[in-house]
Amino acid sequence: MEAFTTHTGVGVPLRRSNVDTDQIIPAVYLKRVTRSGFEDGLFAAWRGDEHFVLNQEPFRAGSVLVAGPDFGTGSSREHAVWALMDYGFRVVISSRFADIFRGNAGKQGLVAAQCEQSDVELLWKLLENEPGTEVTVDLTNNTVAAKDFTAPFTIDEYTRWRLLEGLDDIALTLRHAEDITEFERRRPGWLPTTEPVPAR
Amino acid sequence: MSRSRTLAEKVWEAHVVRHGSGAEPDLLYIDLHLLHEVTSPQAFDGLRLAGRPIRRPDLTIATEDHNVPTVDIELPIADPVSRTQVETLRKNCAEFGVRLHPMGDAEQGIVHVVGPQLGLTQPGMTVVCGDSHTSTHGAFGALAFGIGTSEVEHVMATQTLPLKPFKTMAINVDGALRPGVTAKDVILAVIAKIGTGGGQGYVLEYRGSAIEALSMEARMTICNMSIEAGARAGMIAPDQTTFDYIKGRPHAPSGADWDAAVEYWRTLRTDDDAEFDAEVHLNADELTPFVTWGTNPGQGLPLGERVPDPEAIVDENERVAAEKALAYMGLEPGTPLRDIHVDTVFLGSCTNGRIEDLRAAAEVLRGKKVADGVRMLVVPGSMRVRAQAEAEGLHEVFLAAGAEWRQAGCSMCLGMNPDQLKPGERSASTSNRNFEGRQGKGGRTHLVSPLVAAATAVRGTLSSPADLV
Repeated sequence: MEAFTTHTGVGVPLRRSNVDTDQIIPAVYLKRVTRSGFEDGLFAAWRGDEHFVLNQEPFRAGSVLVAGPDFGTGSSREHAVWALMDYGFRVVISSRFADIFRGNAGKQGLVAAQCEQSDVELLWKLLENEPGTEVTVDLTNNTVAAKDFTAPFTIDEYTRWRLLEGLDDIALTLRHAEDITEFERRRPGWLPTTEPVPAR
Repeated sequence: MSRSRTLAEKVWEAHVVRHGSGAEPDLLYIDLHLLHEVTSPQAFDGLRLAGRPIRRPDLTIATEDHNVPTVDIELPIADPVSRTQVETLRKNCAEFGVRLHPMGDAEQGIVHVVGPQLGLTQPGMTVVCGDSHTSTHGAFGALAFGIGTSEVEHVMATQTLPLKPFKTMAINVDGALRPGVTAKDVILAVIAKIGTGGGQGYVLEYRGSAIEALSMEARMTICNMSIEAGARAGMIAPDQTTFDYIKGRPHAPSGADWDAAVEYWRTLRTDDDAEFDAEVHLNADELTPFVTWGTNPGQGLPLGERVPDPEAIVDENERVAAEKALAYMGLEPGTPLRDIHVDTVFLGSCTNGRIEDLRAAAEVLRGKKVADGVRMLVVPGSMRVRAQAEAEGLHEVFLAAGAEWRQAGCSMCLGMNPDQLKPGERSASTSNRNFEGRQGKGGRTHLVSPLVAAATAVRGTLSSPADLV
């Protein structure tokens, strides 16, 4: 994973709450077995509408999405994070994220920055009044800034550390392989395995 | 004497491989990893790239469900992209030594129907799957939750997950459900009450006399939709109903192992003086059949109500959401919900595709006909459910009523296989999500119970069985 310290890019105001992962990428785009090229599925249904924000210049080239509360609800599909990142987003700002989406984002290096809803509203107004305004997201100081606007954001401390260091979760866990083996020795013998059993 | 703990805390602590220090998460052992074709290919690829094996293929099982057609399953899948995804799962399972139940197999079905039915889901276990409805397995007192593909790869490689403890919320449902009111109505009412974000960060524990009176299948329906309230998981303490359901299933313990397991399972209850981080109360006596009118599962109302007027909603975000939902759904404020016509009725999914759901709907349909202009799909959650339904003659009831009797799969719950709504079509669906386009681009979904689905099929408008007499 690429380390993340600070990012500056065009902010995109998405005035919607409850943006579920079926909206971020519909199921029909989930059939691929590869890990890239999901940008065409991003907000696929809404992008058919010429008034949708990502169809407007200069938002088309945005990389900081500013969305309403409860972003990323519903399906666990990590494809939602891949689609946002493949399109070019590095940060999503919202006042509330769904848990699985937030986790997936952290694994992939997409920053899910949680701001107060009042700050989201101020950012929306700023980005709508001056389209193309760049937003700077600083993970070393946990701040979001645009023009003369600055606000703090929160992100899980451990995720923040991993993002700053660009560390791979699996490699970190495998440092504790002995603990896992030790735990496995203590598991009760009656717990099921998936190995086929003869019919009783 | 250890401190008082909730059920979720007990299961959590029994699985901590290593406590994290400071901001570091705990490392949690995973007892069962369920796989399907959609969220696993990139995880298998990751393993291959890193040269890692699956640590415990003997705690891993796969099935094909999201992409599979529910007719003509002996033919190759027509959509080449779906076919490739299913074939990729087969290749990956063969290469990494994972047991797979492919299309057509007697044990194939929706992953969350297959696990419990094989007896693989047991109280006190940790169960994960790259699918948010993994919360279903919490009905057994397991800590079960959906994960993303990176986490799927992590579990494959390490059989563990680094996680921060969840908060706990008690959902107390006391009293007794009235006839015609089901587990689906309970959970839709819960979600409408706490909202689609109300459960964020929490494990919900469903408790109270109305929950204790439910069958395992009804409990699975409730836990299944915990994610629609934003919760990581839902749980119900195991009791005699749970033990009776598990006993004798293929992977259930037997003999002395059974006794040892039950002795442990009986300890899996929230201690009397344990405290939850939040509590919610619902009176079961007051509940009536519940349906959704909007485009998220929290936008629901009792069937006897009318489509709400967004103007009357004070919260701006909710008002805008309601306006957008009504525009998408093609509904006018004030319309009685009972007057809403549907084109399609879908009975199935990991929420309501089990044998009891089929029995309940068949009872309503027996001797009646699906209304003209309405199509009804009946899709068993697994091949075993299908076989059992046929042994009981339920398929004849559905066919005689004019419904379609299908093979097992996720089907019309999500637009990934041939079973989809056309743009503008409206469904009454026993599935779990009424998001825009969920059942097909432009499709409009009303979430309902199996009883309401069957009655709606007969009348052609949203209805409960009481409306048929």
